[in-house]
Amino acid sequence: MKKISKNIIYLIYLILFGVLIVVSYNSSKRKPDSVSELYTDFTWLINWPKWLDTPFMHWINTGWRSFIADYGLIFDAIGYGLLRGYTELKNIIVQAPWPVVILGVIGITYVISGRKLGTTIFVGFCTFFIGFLNPRFWDKAIETTTMVVIGIAICVVIGIPIGIAMSRSERVRNIILPILDTMQVIPAFCYLIPGIILFGLGAIPAIISIFIYACPPLIRLTDLGIRLVDKEIIEAAESFGASKKQKLWGVQIPLALPNIMQGINQCTMMALAMVVIASMIGTRGLGDEVLLGLQQLNVGAALEAGLAIVLLAIVLDRMTQAYGEKIQERTQPQKKKN
Amino acid sequence: MPKIEIKNVYKIFGSNPETVLPIVKEGASKEDVLERTGHTVGLDNVSINIEEGETFVCMGLSGSGKSTLIRHLNRLIDPTDGDIIVDGTNVMELNEKQLIEFRKHEMSMVFQRFGLFPHKTVLENVGYGLEIQGKEPEERKKLAMIQVESVGLQGFENQYPSQLSGGMQQRVGLARALATNPQILLMDEAFSALDPLIRSDMQNQLIELQAKLKKTIVFITHDLDESLRLGDHIGILNGGRLVQAGTPEEIIMSPADDYVEAFVKDVNRAKVLRAKTVMIKANEFNSSDLKLADVYKVDEGSYIEQFLPKVLADRCTVMVVDKMGDTKGYITEKELAISLSKDGYNLK
Repeated sequence: MKKISKNIIYLIYLILFGVLIVVSYNSSKRKPDSVSELYTDFTWLINWPKWLDTPFMHWINTGWRSFIADYGLIFDAIGYGLLRGYTELKNIIVQAPWPVVILGVIGITYVISGRKLGTTIFVGFCTFFIGFLNPRFWDKAIETTTMVVIGIAICVVIGIPIGIAMSRSERVRNIILPILDTMQVIPAFCYLIPGIILFGLGAIPAIISIFIYACPPLIRLTDLGIRLVDKEIIEAAESFGASKKQKLWGVQIPLALPNIMQGINQCTMMALAMVVIASMIGTRGLGDEVLLGLQQLNVGAALEAGLAIVLLAIVLDRMTQAYGEKIQERTQPQKKKN
Repeated sequence: MPKIEIKNVYKIFGSNPETVLPIVKEGASKEDVLERTGHTVGLDNVSINIEEGETFVCMGLSGSGKSTLIRHLNRLIDPTDGDIIVDGTNVMELNEKQLIEFRKHEMSMVFQRFGLFPHKTVLENVGYGLEIQGKEPEERKKLAMIQVESVGLQGFENQYPSQLSGGMQQRVGLARALATNPQILLMDEAFSALDPLIRSDMQNQLIELQAKLKKTIVFITHDLDESLRLGDHIGILNGGRLVQAGTPEEIIMSPADDYVEAFVKDVNRAKVLRAKTVMIKANEFNSSDLKLADVYKVDEGSYIEQFLPKVLADRCTVMVVDKMGDTKGYITEKELAISLSKDGYNLK
């Protein structure tokens, strides 16, 4: 049974390959005058023949055009919704007095780190130093942070359920893994530019790029975290008659939470890196400052802005890291204290 | 009717067990099947009856299929072929919903490495089965607390499992299994991860609990001493096959094959054999020349080690009596000598 279905798959590959060769030969503009030429003149075996070229680019372009014509409105709607959310959130923080924002960051850190004073002070200091570097950076840092936060929120909402689905089914895993590989490897500009076409210039294509670039590690770590939960603990839950849902929410997710938090932390760092690249498609924020400095050959300005990004990264990293540690302590309390 | 009936169960691991099943049914050995098809035989035609209220110990070395077998009882593993009937219900025919209900109420399990939830306190762990059953938090807490006390862990109920020692953790596991008040308890090498002193402690605690609760216990172990101590009946597995099943005495006195014999070779017989097993029946014993002063009365259920020193010291004859005080038989030095030696004795 299994052997037959495997052979069928090989056969399908073979047919597909044959069809592709025929299609590319027929659609090629530089094919030889007649097929018989191929038997008499074997130079096509030495250099890659001009006619052996899948019209892949052509297909994508046609597909892309009809895709925009048919579904462009949906993307407009998504873009508009995201933009509204982004602008509102950004304006609230930008309009707030800066000492209040710093105090807010300190307060949040204090609570989510489980009242660790050292981390709190350090984070507060770094936040202060962003504005201290250059007054212009303050509002730009807020813009960048808002983009990153919205990007991460989308990653969490979409990525964690995908990770859970992967951990539960081998088939879903086999389908999703190559997609994740593609998302991670494909150069950022390949989706930044189409992003502009779909969503226009500005923050929204940046947020979408953040999702494409930063979501894979979160998905992977969610999947890994759930699959790494001790098999005996899962069996224990099953032996008491836990349903799949009870198992997931009561046992698997709580025990995978340290790994998931690590994923969110990775997601944050990668989102920050993407925001800087996104400045090249006209996204404002700290990346914009780096770009500006480089364009004017002003090394000092570029480095200063770069330093501000590092500070922002430290702040976000320490906050997510501290929260992750707190969760870890809760799920895996330390050994007996003497 | 037995409480648990395991009927001709086969389990084959691999990509395509159904096609391999006929080969295994024809009697091919585990190694043969692995070589010919790449499939591993987990269980090979295992049939066991387990009576209500007894402790059935399933024994074998690692890879003998004992952990696989116990997981069939609550269908954590599905068999390739065969039936498992618990209390008249064929477990194999349950659909997913029924299976969940069955697991909630019929049986619970204790695990080798405890299987405790590290993110829950002792009390929450013990109350887990009740939580799954949908009991209210108040009632859950009350019932769980009773179990925590019954295994002697009061004062630790708000600790996390990792803050406890191994023995204490397994007592939490035991309490958790007992909390739902199931009729059947599955114990998968429950004490194997504990060090010897604590293990024997836990065995005593289990024997005590069992005397009170009268559950049907299926206990998996690779330790013969443990199985002899706990088991009313013992089944010995080798390579997925059940090679012998019987009372501890039967296993010791008449091992079915070389494998079992190798197992029981180093057992301290005095600890296992009971007076009623080794005695000569009263009507077959010439008691006329017995002086009453030389007679030592023992209960028929007592082990040899309990009266052996007395016999050696006083050179007396043992009179075996039942609970009512009636004489059932006698044991002289001769019977003792025969029963304690490794060969040359067969159970009648």
